[in-house]
Amino acid sequence: MLMKNEPTERHTLAVLVDNEPGVLARVIGLFSGRGYNIDSLTVSETEHEKHLSRITIVTTGTPMVIEQIRNQLERLVPVHRVVDLTVHGATIERELAMVKVRGRGDHRVEALRLADAFRARVIDATTESFVFEITGRSDKIDQFVGLMLPLGLVEVSRTGVVAIGRGPEGMQGRAEGSAGLGS
Amino acid sequence: MAKEMNGAEMVVQALMDQGVEVIFGYPGGAVLPIYDAIFQQEKIRHILVRHEQGAVHAAEGYARSTGKVGCVLVTSGPGATNAVTGLTDALMDSIPIVCLTGQVPTHLIGNDAFQECDTVGITRPCTKHNYLVKNVNDLSRVLHEAFYVAANGRPGPVVVDIPKDVQFATGAYAGPKNVQHKTYRPKLKGDIEKIKAAVELLAGAKRPVIYSGGGVINSGREAGHLLRELVALTGFPITSTLMGLGAFPAANPQWLGMLGMHGTYEANMTMHGCDVMLCVGARFDDRITGRLDAFSPGSKRIHIDIDPSSINKNVKVDIGIVGDCGHVLEDIIRLWRSSGAQVDKKALGAWWGQIDKWRARNSLAYRPSNEVIKPQYAIQRLYEATRDRDCYITTEVGQHQMWAAQFFRFEEPNRWMTSGGLGTMGYGLPAAVGVQLAHPKSLVIDIAGEASVLMTMQEMSTAVQYRLPIKIFILNNQYMGMVRQWQELLHGGRYSESYSHALPDFVKLAEAYHAVGIRCEKPGDLDRAIKEMIDVDKPVIFDCVVDQNENCFPMIPGGRAHNEMILGDSAGPEDMHVSDEGKIMV
Repeated sequence: MLMKNEPTERHTLAVLVDNEPGVLARVIGLFSGRGYNIDSLTVSETEHEKHLSRITIVTTGTPMVIEQIRNQLERLVPVHRVVDLTVHGATIERELAMVKVRGRGDHRVEALRLADAFRARVIDATTESFVFEITGRSDKIDQFVGLMLPLGLVEVSRTGVVAIGRGPEGMQGRAEGSAGLGS
Repeated sequence: MAKEMNGAEMVVQALMDQGVEVIFGYPGGAVLPIYDAIFQQEKIRHILVRHEQGAVHAAEGYARSTGKVGCVLVTSGPGATNAVTGLTDALMDSIPIVCLTGQVPTHLIGNDAFQECDTVGITRPCTKHNYLVKNVNDLSRVLHEAFYVAANGRPGPVVVDIPKDVQFATGAYAGPKNVQHKTYRPKLKGDIEKIKAAVELLAGAKRPVIYSGGGVINSGREAGHLLRELVALTGFPITSTLMGLGAFPAANPQWLGMLGMHGTYEANMTMHGCDVMLCVGARFDDRITGRLDAFSPGSKRIHIDIDPSSINKNVKVDIGIVGDCGHVLEDIIRLWRSSGAQVDKKALGAWWGQIDKWRARNSLAYRPSNEVIKPQYAIQRLYEATRDRDCYITTEVGQHQMWAAQFFRFEEPNRWMTSGGLGTMGYGLPAAVGVQLAHPKSLVIDIAGEASVLMTMQEMSTAVQYRLPIKIFILNNQYMGMVRQWQELLHGGRYSESYSHALPDFVKLAEAYHAVGIRCEKPGDLDRAIKEMIDVDKPVIFDCVVDQNENCFPMIPGGRAHNEMILGDSAGPEDMHVSDEGKIMV
């Protein structure tokens, strides 16, 4: 109704959660249950002693929906903190991909040459294939994968986006307002 | 020194330490150890319901009428799945519930064992939080945490799933004092800068309105007093949601009645025309706002809510204050006084003049009858007969619920128990059981529809077993009345499956339960019959036969704004036209 015609924006959220059973299901269930988008989601334990995991979510929505997503995430009991990295400006985003390419002759040489240009490493090779490891922004990986397509692309495995803010401040220092004190 | 005991004993000990007096439940294989522990003590009273949905609704009634946490104990599998409707109801209406579910032993989890279900998976989206306890040494901490999470912040239901082997295992018990949730600390005090801005906005208002909701009741008695104080201090008009009825006394001349889809003309027009709106503990639900892009078009809005996700969810507000209603109201009043804020008396006088004109429209008017009992008349008479008594009202869902909200007048909070968010037919009877247990000497009435009440009728057995003299006041129009009304409005009067064929004889049904049945068909007999119902010290089913064709007005049909209400006495066919966009609204 109100928000029908508002433009959507892409935001990257960092979510610090207790690493306990079901916490990822809670986060994913929140997105599917309330009809929010997930463009990318990555999760791993980051502080073993404190049992903390960090989830990085890339989502799109109107500003009102993005605010909702942040508030709804904060409302989950095992969620410690949610930071919308996009509103904090300078953020570094990276993704890792493994790209398998099969081919002989010119195609093989061209694939290797392009990999070099993209600073992708060869992490597996046979006489007729390579697996490249490439790290970078998602659009860089998209571009690399696009170039490999005519050269014999077999499959791609990607981690999804991980992100961190630039500068000396950690996530704890960036929390907006009452973050982590959700109801 | 932590005491050693088994898991089942820990459950009972934790409930005692949390001050639980009553638990509603139903036994089964996976909770037998807990039932055994309950058998061997006398502090906690177990109330045996007849269906697990009834257990949760009864606990909700208990919680809403006392402000305490309601407690439920059910078995694994079907016990847990039957509780899901009640849990969702409690989540939608922010009712603090702790629901303990039995689970198959840990080594069988995931094996499709008998009466196994993924309880934490199923209840994850319908609880505020849930736990599966796999180690007995976590159990006491989790139980105390569950009570903390259920009651603090925006209240809600919490499930603790306890496998049977954990109930038998022995471990160390920790008391409630040593338990605090790692991170969950709801924010109670509002941001003082925002509160200052809110006071400034309120003081400059020319056409203000206060719109309060269930959050004021959840905040506690003090919040209700503060709301009254603020209304008195400012002279502003006040309206309330369905959930908020009773937080502000209906007898007060500044009270406009309920707002929203079936709210009063004056409340909705005031919302539509206001220039400053103060929303206290309500959430701009679609039943309240009507068409969103035409909702209160010229107003600046202040929203107080303990749940940050309620702010700017449906309606953009100018000042969003995250905090407990009581705490924030206290700060508003303090700042109002210390800043010497003065309302614009002239503008406010003119605003009240306008409101009085809307009031004079008498939007709740209906055509009286000497032949048939009008449902509105029945509620009015019920109200008149009980207004000087210590009375609690629960309802089912539908037309009767709206008429009860319109015609029963509440002067105090915690007296009105209704399923607002989820709209659960069958809520009222078991809720009345819970209310009566909490208030044994009070008069507890379930204002019901004949279709709703049949959904949980089996709880009459519970009422009779525990000698709970609840009164089930059925407005019997032989239709699912609200469904019929919408079919009349939107579907050309094709009453598809909304007529109740083969209704039971409610008098005989009451007698079959060893309760009392009363039937009333004529307006002239009503007062006497109601008196008889009140005077009986037993559960009563009152079959009040009412006009089958009566519709609930005023009404904002789907897709329309507050100033486009249909009023009952002047509704013509053209008023009934609903746009295609409106038809898709529920």
